[in-house]
Amino acid sequence: MTAEKIFKNPKNLKRRKFINSLMILLCFIAAVLTILPLLYIFIYTTQSGITALNIDFFTQLPKPVGEEGGGMANAIVGSGILICLGGLIGIPIGIMSGIYIAEYSKSFLAGAIKFTTDVLSGVPSIVVGIFAYGVVVLSMQSFSAIAGGFALGILMIPTVTKITEEMLRLVPHSLREASLALGVSRWKTTVKVVLKTASSGIITGILLAIARAAGETAPLLFTAFGNSFWQTSIDQPIAALPLQIFVYAISPYEDWHRQAWAGAFVLIFMVFIVNFLVRYVTRNKFG
Amino acid sequence: MTADNFNKNDEVNSSESEIFIESEDSADDQAKQKNAVVTNNLTVYFNKRSAIEDVNVKIKKNSVTAVIGPSGCGKSTFLRSLNMMHEMTPSAKVFGEIYINGESIMNFNMVDLRKKVGMVFQKPNPFPTMSIFDNVAAGFKLNGSAGKNDLNEIVEKNLINAGLWDEVKDRLKSPAVSLSGGQQQRLCIARTIAVNPEIVLLDEPTSALDPVSSSKIEELLYNLKSEYTIIIVTHNMQQAARVSDQTAFFYLGKLIEISRTRKMFTNPKEKLTEEYITGKFG
Repeated sequence: MTAEKIFKNPKNLKRRKFINSLMILLCFIAAVLTILPLLYIFIYTTQSGITALNIDFFTQLPKPVGEEGGGMANAIVGSGILICLGGLIGIPIGIMSGIYIAEYSKSFLAGAIKFTTDVLSGVPSIVVGIFAYGVVVLSMQSFSAIAGGFALGILMIPTVTKITEEMLRLVPHSLREASLALGVSRWKTTVKVVLKTASSGIITGILLAIARAAGETAPLLFTAFGNSFWQTSIDQPIAALPLQIFVYAISPYEDWHRQAWAGAFVLIFMVFIVNFLVRYVTRNKFG
Repeated sequence: MTADNFNKNDEVNSSESEIFIESEDSADDQAKQKNAVVTNNLTVYFNKRSAIEDVNVKIKKNSVTAVIGPSGCGKSTFLRSLNMMHEMTPSAKVFGEIYINGESIMNFNMVDLRKKVGMVFQKPNPFPTMSIFDNVAAGFKLNGSAGKNDLNEIVEKNLINAGLWDEVKDRLKSPAVSLSGGQQQRLCIARTIAVNPEIVLLDEPTSALDPVSSSKIEELLYNLKSEYTIIIVTHNMQQAARVSDQTAFFYLGKLIEISRTRKMFTNPKEKLTEEYITGKFG
């Protein structure tokens, strides 16, 4: 049907306009449905968590059952240590494999790496935990922060690789040529021009990977294991925020439930901060 | 000779070609010395299809050579083979000989060659993460040789040479992408000549620019001629006629004619050239 006919046929036009508005409405509802759960989680955790939140929560160790007060200081520090260890493993490997795929690949190997990364990002985190248990815990004969960091690192690799690759591909070919034409070697071009141009996007990816790793519980269950005392040496079992929340939430004690909510609130808040940081970093460059 | 063993055989080639040059007759040798660029049977393949075939040119030092021809005729391929830019394309294979100031490019590694043979591209491509100052100094900064040179002096001199100094001297620290397209292209020229090449290749440098910016760049080329050998690919016949000393006409991957520009545009040797110049095809 030609455009002329559509305009000459008001009935048809009406029907089309109706379908158009209906579809827009459906999209709008879908968009609201995306926001609602997040909003609900945030409000509910804030309501339940903020009452148990005080200075003690950030400075005290967990108290035994029955005693009032106590905090999750060891778990917060433990999470920090685990994320640092995970980052030390995941970020360099992720960035470098991303560079390889985007810049130096024309081979079968690059395709294989890409496929593997995609599969790895879909592997359930508990499976990664079992793997870390088999590789690190069994060989060290002990649960440890190293094992937990190893598991988190493996979980971070696919995210960082993917983002690095995508960001490097966004860098215009002409910039590489400009640098090469100045007599700059390929490697220096990659690091000082391509990587630098893509840096804000890559930082985004790293922060998102960190935010994801911060909330992981399953892979820590039998690697970092958890700990109710101060522990900062990395070859010993260590506490982590999500683990502590898990343990407290399934306990039968009312007091511990409130602490678990507070922990959840802190965790969500941290992820929020990271997300805002991401927005800030990216806006700064491309805005 | 394939693209791949340009590098690997560096040492072997240098010793071989020394013997090779000595054994040649002196007239040919002299020709190579006098000319900035000489190619012998230069042929470039992409995926077994030839982009240019058997190109023989001699380009004098401190001259401007225009390369014209319809799209896809191999102009850019020819230009890019002179500083091994085709290395970026894995499927490219190069045969034949290229001499830069009498020396076979097989004797250079890519990095050294590109320092001697600079290139300006069709679309202005300043580094977006760098300031105007840093862009001009990029050749030194990226190579890590910034400390040995007085960058302030280099940047000022080359911006003056590129005719951009007066427009940007008060905002050297602002991002390069804040400049207009024409200014960006002159910045790219400043960046290229800052590393002091002997030959400057320009691949349609004005095709993305307005007429005023274009004429500024043409003027600039005229001034740069005294210091550099310039090879410019252009789609604009008037531009070729205005700026160049000699013109090369490519068609379907073959060099049809290369002669002095005035002769080319008034009395071309080949019928094909005449038809192209007068707009009968292309």
